[in-house]
Amino acid sequence: MKRLALLLAIGLLLFTGLAGAQAIEPMPFKDHAQELRFQHLTAQLRCPMCQNETLADSNAPIARDLRHEVFRLMQEGRTDDQIKQFLVARYSDYVLYDPPVNPTTWVLWFGPLLILLAGAVVVVVTIRKRSRSGAPPPAIDHGDDW
Amino acid sequence: MSRLIPFFAFLALCGLFGFGIWWNSHHDQTAIPSPLIDKPAPEFALPELYDPSKVVTKKDLLGKPYLLNVFASWCVECAVEHPLLEAEGPSLGVELVGYNYKDQPDDAKAWLAQHGNPYQVLMADVSGQTAIDFGVYAAPETFLIDARGVIRYKRIGPFTPEVIEKELKPAIAALARESR
Repeated sequence: MKRLALLLAIGLLLFTGLAGAQAIEPMPFKDHAQELRFQHLTAQLRCPMCQNETLADSNAPIARDLRHEVFRLMQEGRTDDQIKQFLVARYSDYVLYDPPVNPTTWVLWFGPLLILLAGAVVVVVTIRKRSRSGAPPPAIDHGDDW
Repeated sequence: MSRLIPFFAFLALCGLFGFGIWWNSHHDQTAIPSPLIDKPAPEFALPELYDPSKVVTKKDLLGKPYLLNVFASWCVECAVEHPLLEAEGPSLGVELVGYNYKDQPDDAKAWLAQHGNPYQVLMADVSGQTAIDFGVYAAPETFLIDARGVIRYKRIGPFTPEVIEKELKPAIAALARESR
């Protein structure tokens, strides 16, 4: 059973990998390294039109245009960071799947941590109160009284 | 008191999720705020749709504010927005500049013949290359550009009468106050 699940998972991974690759039309790359770099870069960029797809995966016209733009900039010898900056200047941080840490994204980056800390504070306070008042720990519920 | 903590936590979560529902139903989730607001519009040099030998540049349009409307014949929402531009365009007090986006010139001309042409200047970006500099990712999109060539307001998606009254007209009025 476990083995079957594993096989299924691998099959699914392979399939989604292939589906992603199909959106990329052939481009005149200089060599294989450049092609890999292009694929890596476009997989980190988000299509502005279709919110949950990368530039690499999307079939939207704007994604195709932006892929060509990324390709053109690579041919000009720009670095990955410069290409990202080029797109961010036009389409905002939205195009990055990995948003930068700045005042507008603090809630995004640190919000979950704050909630976790708040939970920890509640737990600590509750435990301290209980141990101070010397109340016996609540009976363990085996859940078999239903 | 500490027994009530889970209850308050539950209420807080309800508030958060309620806000999420309200927020998502009150703004266009597909609209990406443009980083170009209050920045100079990108340089462009595009041929006129009806006379491709003439090129319109950013410099040609400096000196008075204009509304740059990105449209295409393949764009369904543009046909929805178009009658509004024709009705409201003349009374807005700014020049209406058409930006035909990724379109076949013949299709665009046929579309304008059918729907009407409210534009004082009309240029065509067949490849969509210049549109990338404007951060255009769909149509219709509309930019309000002031006399110095700075983008002051952007609308993503079609205008509605409400948006024209509440957003566009105040933005144009603000430009008029500045120039006085």
